[in-house]
Amino acid sequence: MSMMDQPLLMTEGLGKSYGRQLGCRDVSFNLYEGEVLAIVGESGSGKSTLLQLLSTQMAPTAGRVCYRMRDGVTRDLATLGEAERRFLYRTDWGYVHQDPAMGLRMKVSAGANVGERLMAVGWEHYGRIRKSAQSWLERVEIEVGRIDDSPHTYSGGMRQRLQIARNLVTEPRLIFMDEPTGGLDVSVQARLLDLLRNLVAELGLAVVIVTHDLAVARLLSHRIMVMKEGRVIETGLTDQVLDDPREPYTQLLVSSILPA
Amino acid sequence: MYVAVKGGERAIENAHRLLAHERRGDASVPELSLKQISEQLSLAVDRVMTEGSLYDRELAALAIKQARGDLIEAIFLARAFRATLPRFGTSEPVETGAMQVRRRISATFKDIPGGQILGPTFDYTHRLLDPSLAGTSAPEAPAAADSDAATDAAPMPRVTDILGHDGLIEPSPVADEGAPVGDLTREPLNFPADRDLRLQNLARGDEGFLLALGYSTQRGYGRTHPFVGEIRLGEVEVEFLAEEVGFAVPLGRITVTECQMVNQFKGSASEPPCFTRGYGLAFGQSERKSMSMALVDRALRAREFGDDVKAPAQDEEFVLSHSDNVQATGFVEHLKLPHYVDFQSELGLIRKLRREFAEAQGERDPQLQEAAE
Amino acid sequence: MNAPAYNFAYLDEQTKRMIRRAILKAIAIPGYQVPFASREMPMPYGWGTGGVQVTAAILGPDDTLKVIDQGSDDTTNAISIRKFFEKTAGVATTTTTSEATVIQTRHRIPEAPLQEHQVLVYQVPIPEPLRFLEPRETETRRMHALAEYGLMHVKLYEDIAHHGHIATSYAYPVKVNARYVMDPSPTPKFDNPKMDDCPALQLFGAGREKRIYAVPPHTTVVSLDFEDHPFERYRHEAPCALCGATDSYLDEVVIDDRGGRMFVCSDTDHCETRRADGHRGVQPEALA
Repeated sequence: MSMMDQPLLMTEGLGKSYGRQLGCRDVSFNLYEGEVLAIVGESGSGKSTLLQLLSTQMAPTAGRVCYRMRDGVTRDLATLGEAERRFLYRTDWGYVHQDPAMGLRMKVSAGANVGERLMAVGWEHYGRIRKSAQSWLERVEIEVGRIDDSPHTYSGGMRQRLQIARNLVTEPRLIFMDEPTGGLDVSVQARLLDLLRNLVAELGLAVVIVTHDLAVARLLSHRIMVMKEGRVIETGLTDQVLDDPREPYTQLLVSSILPA
Repeated sequence: MYVAVKGGERAIENAHRLLAHERRGDASVPELSLKQISEQLSLAVDRVMTEGSLYDRELAALAIKQARGDLIEAIFLARAFRATLPRFGTSEPVETGAMQVRRRISATFKDIPGGQILGPTFDYTHRLLDPSLAGTSAPEAPAAADSDAATDAAPMPRVTDILGHDGLIEPSPVADEGAPVGDLTREPLNFPADRDLRLQNLARGDEGFLLALGYSTQRGYGRTHPFVGEIRLGEVEVEFLAEEVGFAVPLGRITVTECQMVNQFKGSASEPPCFTRGYGLAFGQSERKSMSMALVDRALRAREFGDDVKAPAQDEEFVLSHSDNVQATGFVEHLKLPHYVDFQSELGLIRKLRREFAEAQGERDPQLQEAAE
Repeated sequence: MNAPAYNFAYLDEQTKRMIRRAILKAIAIPGYQVPFASREMPMPYGWGTGGVQVTAAILGPDDTLKVIDQGSDDTTNAISIRKFFEKTAGVATTTTTSEATVIQTRHRIPEAPLQEHQVLVYQVPIPEPLRFLEPRETETRRMHALAEYGLMHVKLYEDIAHHGHIATSYAYPVKVNARYVMDPSPTPKFDNPKMDDCPALQLFGAGREKRIYAVPPHTTVVSLDFEDHPFERYRHEAPCALCGATDSYLDEVVIDDRGGRMFVCSDTDHCETRRADGHRGVQPEALA
């Protein structure tokens, strides 16, 4: 069995409870390289909690998350030291926030935003850092002439594309996305989704995307997990689940009766 | 011919002489005695003792005189002296429940065991300038207390103890007997800081800074829904546990003002809801200070209660790093020291950048280039 | 009244031992900021209390002390600190760099090369090189612990993007012993190369911020830069008008209200020594 056949991210019996309140419970799945998994559900379904557990921003109260590192060794993420965890975050992982201001340094230029990860891993050649930033701005369709402008001067859609470029510059294998199109106009959303789909395919990225928007899930993801009250109630190939939902709740979701 | 400036030494000596002269003022006006300061400017003395962390009325009065009435300068003098004093150990915690009370009010209950005692307060005075004080004054003797309430033996429990009896307020943390007593003047403060060190920092902190922060919590920047459970002013015994003799030896009595705020309640799955506390304590009669301290203490407990830390008064690093007026004064005033070496570096850089800017402009517009040269 | 009585070099011995422990730790971990229980000194915070405490802790009766501020022995704060130690420790003082065993400084490193038996004590206002990028102590401590210094280069990147140069002219950050990023105190970047492989022990005291750090003798100190935008020293392109030196850091002296100015050595001892050796500069005609 080749390395590619082994999962990149694995969870077993993952759960989180806050005192008496339940965040999510008993989530198990595997994610493979190049695979896009959408987690859908209404607000309060536990999808955001799950994303925080997967991305180690929160410690689980049950179960575990394992990740196959770049050296091929699969590690339980709870055993990583803080240095290793932070290193993972600025090299092999990306995290796209719903609000780009959370994922960008709003006080420094777009170029520095894209270049930061490179400098963090030891790049010390200004010209090369700048070139790399330029090429990534081009790839996310931001005019290169805007490289020295601060994200404050960018539109919402540009900021989101800048955030994506900032994440991709170290060629990560896994990206977490939290409602990446939330808060954008419909036309801007469409352009962003198109861009994301192309980048994901081109780079062979694995993605875990949390969204309440089934159209986003349908456009981007290969597989889908439907969550309700902290549990995964249905999972399968995206088209299959959306075209032929098995669970009554999923059927309601698909027919857009439930509020987002 | 130019020579580097000399004579700084003479200049300093002369400045000191002039300062001493100005301090004394008109020699035909009688000089202030330390007794006059400690008796008649007693609240200034209290503030210098509190923020100087040194309970000594005479030294505080001296500091005020030497500082020409600049209280932050006087606090600085008291602190610098305090820093050199040897440490014999740590006193027992003072028992404010056993205070010889001179003033005691509660805003939470109309009547309380032991009664409300207004004592010497500016509250309810009309702030009208009193010309009769311009000369010498002979105030009436204070009214004698009612004979039935005057018995010292009358118990005067703290309001928070009354609430605590029914479990309506979180218990006061129990002292850990063996634990070392934190002291940020002996160990550098690290973040996050525990409450004991936070309280020490606030007790030494600038009254104006804490007042503004406490006020900001009332205006919505980190609301805590405070009620004055109790403010009490009076004398408490300070005791020191001498290892050799094996029991606590009284060292003397000090005047303190204590403020206990009763704040919004908290409950959880495992704990029934109860009120929370904010605590303030200051030397002498320092009511504004102890109230502000109590407000800020509670605001700084945000993390402990799972509140969002958003307001300045809740931000521990911000509050504790900027509360000390001796530190703040020093650093603000150090801008008076010469910085010409750094300034030269900046000047060199800015000239270079301007030159390059002019050159770049000149490439676009040769006339501008000429103008720049 | 309690008449104050002070120990040799003002601080009590217990405090000195505490400071020495911090110094030893600082020497053992070059460039790392060691917290210490800074005392309230009889001079204001921000006026050299950190340097004074370090000097007080290392000073012995046989030491010879030199104090400079802006490179000069005769600036008021330098005089004030020198007087303080003359009074409280009774040690010999000097203005000659080569004769001093302990040199306390604010904002300059002497021009004369330092030697093995000397200690240079820096007064530091803000010890944290990351402070203006990240105000939180808890976060900057973590960044140091994990050697996460990318942010420092982000700052330099921004300088070049906006100005074409690294626009930091003093307090220019350095990396010590290939590990910790350190603030050299607000010395002009002209002085940075003197810190590298210096035979003297360099100690840094920040009183208000309660930190001590050190560069042991012969330790690598590298100024941060980019390969294609290397660190550059800066000095006015002029000889000293008094001694003619072309390799010393210069102060600009305004001589009239018509834009007339001249440049003289910032290090007064260096300038005087050169003049005693017969070197002469060229003064503007108006003053000659």
